[in-house]
Amino acid sequence: MFNVLTEMLSYTFIIRAIIVGGLVALCSSLLGVSLVLKRYSMIGDGLSHVAFGALTVAMALNLTPLYVSIPVVVISAFLLLKLSERSKLKSDSAIALISTVALAIGVISISLAKGVNTDVFSYMFGSILAMNSTDVVISIALSIVVLVLVILFYNKIFAVTFDENYAMATGTNSNLYNMIIAFLTAITIVIGMRIMGTMLISSLIIFPALTSMRVCKTFKSVMISSAIISVICLLLGIIISYVYAIPTGASIVMVNAIMFVIFFVVGKVLNKV
Amino acid sequence: MKQIECKNIVVNYDSNIAVKNVSFSIDKGDYLCIVGENGSGKSTLIKSILGLEKIKSGEIIFLNDLKRNEIGYLPQQTIVQKDFPASVFEVVLSGTLNSRGIKPFYSKKEKDLANENIEKLGLKEFKNKSYKKLSSGQQQRVLLARALCSTKKIIFLDEPITGLDINITKEMYSIIKKINEQGITVVMVSHDINFAINNANKILHMQKECKFFGTVNDYVNSEIYKNFIGGSENV
Ligand SMILES: Nc1ncnc2c1ncn2[C@@H]1O[C@H](COP(=O)(O)OP(=O)(O)O)[C@@H](O)[C@H]1O
Ligand SMILES: [Mg+2]
Repeated sequence: MFNVLTEMLSYTFIIRAIIVGGLVALCSSLLGVSLVLKRYSMIGDGLSHVAFGALTVAMALNLTPLYVSIPVVVISAFLLLKLSERSKLKSDSAIALISTVALAIGVISISLAKGVNTDVFSYMFGSILAMNSTDVVISIALSIVVLVLVILFYNKIFAVTFDENYAMATGTNSNLYNMIIAFLTAITIVIGMRIMGTMLISSLIIFPALTSMRVCKTFKSVMISSAIISVICLLLGIIISYVYAIPTGASIVMVNAIMFVIFFVVGKVLNKV
Repeated sequence: MKQIECKNIVVNYDSNIAVKNVSFSIDKGDYLCIVGENGSGKSTLIKSILGLEKIKSGEIIFLNDLKRNEIGYLPQQTIVQKDFPASVFEVVLSGTLNSRGIKPFYSKKEKDLANENIEKLGLKEFKNKSYKKLSSGQQQRVLLARALCSTKKIIFLDEPITGLDINITKEMYSIIKKINEQGITVVMVSHDINFAINNANKILHMQKECKFFGTVNDYVNSEIYKNFIGGSENV
């Protein structure tokens, strides 16, 4: 075990994956609590598909993926948010449509882009090899910004998540904070999608929140524990991904799933006591 | 001193008119009760003043430097999703948010205010309990405590005593009376017409339109009051 760890840490790409992955895990788990409670987790899923489309188009046109995906995904986040504010039902089908179209665009641009050495599999399900050093610098900077904003807006996020109407009636600009949450989610998805894979990044948003809610009953404790759970699952996932040579995103999702089952059982037991 | 002036407010839900041409004003220190049958547009009227429902036409004007973040509100219904992880303290404390402006974290002042209102409403033993685990009457008290935390100048209460037992109802009414005596304007939707005429200084009687707006004295001498009382006795 120890040997494996020292071996892993001798590779720059793994250290990159751990740093960026850890930051993304923190951001996504904190935002995830609010998104899950607001029943907005579908937005995360929709955005990850849009991110896939944007990423592949950028690769095909030989542009830097982050520069293309960030604006595209941010704009989509605002659109999806506006849709969900109108009607939950309509927005779910709208998100499904947008997701599949984005996916189709992605697959088409991959197959048309002959010159690029494209590995669809790693786009979709994640790879620890995915980041170059520019990606890493941008990703670290962005995720620190996201993290700081989430902490600064923590109390407002609670208020608009718990009771948006009350917050609005008493002078808090709920729409603004909803937009901020959507914006930060978009950024987080774009940063995390190379490691996690575009198909799996949304689980990084949903799982830790759901897991910690099995056991924790206050908002603060849910936020803190999902952040911890998320980072632990990510580290374990990266180790397993390295040892068994499986896609990183997939192995992180499986660790999260196992963690969820454990917390589910613990929650049931605690409720009985 | 006028705080809020409503001129010819109209609110629609799709093509159904819920509030039709309602005009009235609220003065500082008023204890205004809004009465009327179920579905007569009382909640809709309050929500439109609070900016939660769009008005189709008319005007709502905040006067004498009244700002939205000086308002407290107890909604008729608060739909909080099942299993929402929040403690009573977290919910009540969130009521103080509107006085924080852009400052990100609560100070001791806000925490003290939250604790004070928790105590006032007899919720001390539930402070760290999960909000969703409480009975509906207890939840109602938590939401009133939150509303008190937000209130600087005016409080809107939409059927505040729903689900409360008699003792707590009395307690709640006396708390509301007390803050009114301290100069806070109270606007309350009430089913309890006797309570309204004994405690309010002004009555607004809704029936989609405004059927009466004025002092309690004028109200008890009005036809609409006599019909309303007569009508409810027949039910
Ligand atoms: N969200 C809504 N959508 C459609 N119709 C509504 C909605 N809320 C209230 N209504 C309708 O508007 C009318 C007034 O409702 P409301 O303001 O809740 O009355 P009250 O509070 O006096 O009982 C009723 O006919 C009600 O059915
Ligand atoms: Mg009502």
